[in-house]
Amino acid sequence: MTASILTVDDSASLRMAIRIALTGAGYAVTEAVDGADGLAKATGTRFDMIVTDLNMPNMDGLSMIRALREQPAQAGIPIIFLSTESDADMKAQAKAAGATGWLVKPFQPDQLIRVAQKVLGK
Amino acid sequence: MSEDPTATFRVEAGELLEQVEQGLLDLGHRLGDMALVNAVFRGLHTLKGSGAMFGFDALAAFTHHCESAFDRVRKGEVPATAELVSVILSARDHMAALVDGDAPKAEGDAILARLAAAVDAARGGGAGAAASAAVPAAQGWKMFFRLPADAMANGTNPLMLLDELRDLGEAEVRVRTDALPPLSELIPNECHLGWDVTLRGDISREAIEDVFIFVMDDMTLEIAPLGDEAPAEPVVVEDAPAVVAAAIEAAAPVAAAAGGPPAAAQPAVENVRVPAERLDALMDRVGELVIAQSRLSQLANNRHDLLLRSVTEDIERLAGELRDTMMVLRMVPVSSLFGRFRRLIHDLARETGKSIELQTSGETTEVDKTVIERLFDPLVHIIRNSCDHGLEAPADRLAAGKSETGLVKLSAHQAGGEVLITIVDDGRGIDRDRVRAKGEANGLIEPGQQLADEELFGLIFHPGFSTAAQVTNLSGRGVGMDVVKRTIESLRGSISVTSEAGKGSTITLRIPLTLAIIEGLLVRVGESRYVLPLSAVEECLELSLEEDLRSRGRSLITLRDRLVPFVRLRDLFGTGTRPDPHQKIVVVATGRERVGLVVDQIIGNHQTVIKSLSAFHRGVGSFSGATILGDGNVALILDVAQLVAMAQPREETLRAAS
Repeated sequence: MTASILTVDDSASLRMAIRIALTGAGYAVTEAVDGADGLAKATGTRFDMIVTDLNMPNMDGLSMIRALREQPAQAGIPIIFLSTESDADMKAQAKAAGATGWLVKPFQPDQLIRVAQKVLGK
Repeated sequence: MSEDPTATFRVEAGELLEQVEQGLLDLGHRLGDMALVNAVFRGLHTLKGSGAMFGFDALAAFTHHCESAFDRVRKGEVPATAELVSVILSARDHMAALVDGDAPKAEGDAILARLAAAVDAARGGGAGAAASAAVPAAQGWKMFFRLPADAMANGTNPLMLLDELRDLGEAEVRVRTDALPPLSELIPNECHLGWDVTLRGDISREAIEDVFIFVMDDMTLEIAPLGDEAPAEPVVVEDAPAVVAAAIEAAAPVAAAAGGPPAAAQPAVENVRVPAERLDALMDRVGELVIAQSRLSQLANNRHDLLLRSVTEDIERLAGELRDTMMVLRMVPVSSLFGRFRRLIHDLARETGKSIELQTSGETTEVDKTVIERLFDPLVHIIRNSCDHGLEAPADRLAAGKSETGLVKLSAHQAGGEVLITIVDDGRGIDRDRVRAKGEANGLIEPGQQLADEELFGLIFHPGFSTAAQVTNLSGRGVGMDVVKRTIESLRGSISVTSEAGKGSTITLRIPLTLAIIEGLLVRVGESRYVLPLSAVEECLELSLEEDLRSRGRSLITLRDRLVPFVRLRDLFGTGTRPDPHQKIVVVATGRERVGLVVDQIIGNHQTVIKSLSAFHRGVGSFSGATILGDGNVALILDVAQLVAMAQPREETLRAAS
C-alpha cells in the first residue's frame, strides 16, 4: 500500500517542492498550510509520516507536534520537522515535543526521500 | 496546476517581503514589541530557507545576515533600534531586487556593512564556531544501543534502524531483554530492549552515527572498533526483530483503542492561489459565454418554441450568476493597496523632515483587481501632494496650535456599485486666493469671476496647474493632478476636492467596482453600432430634422436653461450616410460637464463585456474598448470623457461667440 505523508508548511513553494519529491518517489501526499490545519488534517486519521515546518503562523510546528503526541492514536507516527542550521536548540525542543527526526533546510529532494525511507523503510 | 515551485516562490517571496516591510514599519513605532520582532524574523527565516531551496543562493546568503541580526534581537542579545530597522528596510529592498535577479553586489555589501555597524552600535557581539573531530574508519565495529523508552511512541522504529545497519555491512544482531519490566508493568509502546550489533566492513563511524542521527542525543550508544573489548556481555540471545515487531503490532491497536472516537477534523478555510492571468482568462471565457448566451436569446426570441425559450432563460440566468461569481473572484481587498502606502509615508516623512502619521480604515473593502492596480499611481500622487503641500512643517503646525505630527487618513467604503476612497489631511488646506490667482494668470478664469468652491478647486485638475511656490523633489515633477483626474476617469470614476483653510483637505475618489462588464446603451450611427456606458448617460432627446437644420453651424441645444453642445457622431466618424429622420441626442456627462451625442438610433440596454483594444488601436482617443454583440458583430465602446473633452472647447468658443 502506498504510504501516506502529511506535509505541513506555510510556504506554498516548499509544500510544492516536497509534494513533487515525495509523489515522485511513490508516496501519497496531503498538504496542510499551518499547524492548526495540520493538526485538523491528522486528527482522526493515521498518516504514515508527517513532515512539518516549525516556523508557522496559526500554531507553530512544536505546538502541533505536542498536540499530536497527546493523541494516543498518533503514537508511533514518524514526525520529521524541517529546520535550518541556525536552529540548533530547536532540535532539542522539537525532540522533546515528540518529533522523530529532522531535515535541514535547504535540502535536496533525494535527501527528503532518504529520510522518508529511513523512517518508513524502503 | 502549474508545477513550477520557483515561480510560486517568487510570488511568495513578494508576499514575505511585504510582510517583513509591514512588520519593520510597525516595529519602527514600537521598538520593544517582541511579537513584531518574531514576525519579521519568521519572514526573513522563511525567505532564506525557501530561497536556498530554489537556487536563490545570493538571496539566501544575504538574507542570512539579516536573519542572524534579528535572531539576536529575538534572543534579547541586541535591542531593536531605529537604525537597525532602517537598515533592514533597505536590506528588504535589496532582497526584492535579488528575487528579481538584478541586484548590484556592491549595494548588498554596503547594506551588510551598515547592518554590522548597526548591530555593533546596538551592542557589540561575538561569534562562536563548532567543529566535529573526524574519526578514522575501522575494519568493523561492535556496538550496543538502547533507545529511550518513548522513542517508539515518537515515531522511531527500531526495525528500521536495524535494517539501516544491515545495509551498511554484514551485521550480527543480538537483543538484550535485561531491562524489560515484568509483564504486569509493561507498557506495550515503550521500548525496553537493547541491541548488540557486530558490523563488519569498511564502515566509517559517521555512517553508523548517521543511522542514529535522530535519536543520538537521548539514546545509549556505545561503539568500539572490532577487536577491542566488547562494551558489554549479551545476556539473552533471541531473534530481535520478532520481539520488536510484536511490540509494535501491540502498540498500534492499544493506542487506537485508547484514543477514543477521533474528533471530527475542523474544516480549515483553504485558500487557493491562482495566477492573475488565469482569472483574466476565465473572465474572458465568461465574457464569451455571456455573448453566446445573448446570441442564443436573440435566436430563441425569433421562434415560437416554448421549450427552447425556457432552456434559453435558464442559460441566461446561469450565465448571469456565473458572471456575478466571477466578479467576486476578481475582487481583492484594498488593504493590499493601502499597505503599500505605509512605506511611502515613511519615506516621505524622512525626505520632508515632517512627522507624518498614516491612518487607514475600510481596508476590507473589495475592488476589482485591475482597478486596484490602476489606482496605485494616482493615490501615490495625491498622498505625496497631501504630505508635501498639505501638511505643514512641525514648527508651523505647533504655531498653528496643531499637534506636531501631521495626519493623513486613507479610507475606503463601498456605496452601491461604487467604492469611495477618501484621502484626508489635517494640513493647511488649499489656498483659495492662490488657486484663484493662478487660474487668472493662466486664463482659466476671468479676473474677479464668482466661483463656487467646487469650481475653484476643480481648477487644480487643469493641465499644467500647480500652486506649489517652488517645485520640490516630491511633487510637481510634471505629473499633475490632471493626470490623476484622467486616470480616475479612465476607470469610469470621478474625483472631487473639498478644503478648509487651516484645517486640511479631503480628496474623494468614486470608483466603479469593476471594469470588466458594464451596463451599456447600444446606439446606431450610420451602419455601425456603438456602446455608451449607461452610467454616463443623463437623458435622451429627439432631434427633429428641422431642429437639426436650424442648429447647423452652432451645435448647441438648450437643456433646462443651459446650453449644451452636441456632436454629430455621424460627422465625427465620417460615416457618409444620410441622417435618420428620427435622430436622437444622448446627453452624457462626466463630472459637471455634459455633451450631447447625436446618434441615428437608440437600440437599447446592453450588458457589455469590455474587450480592450489592441495596442495598435489604443491611441484612438474616442474609444475605450470594444464588445461583441449578440449577432457576433463588434461594437466600439465610446470614451465619454474624451468626447466631452473634445466638445467642450467648442462650447467655450461658441459661448464666447453668442
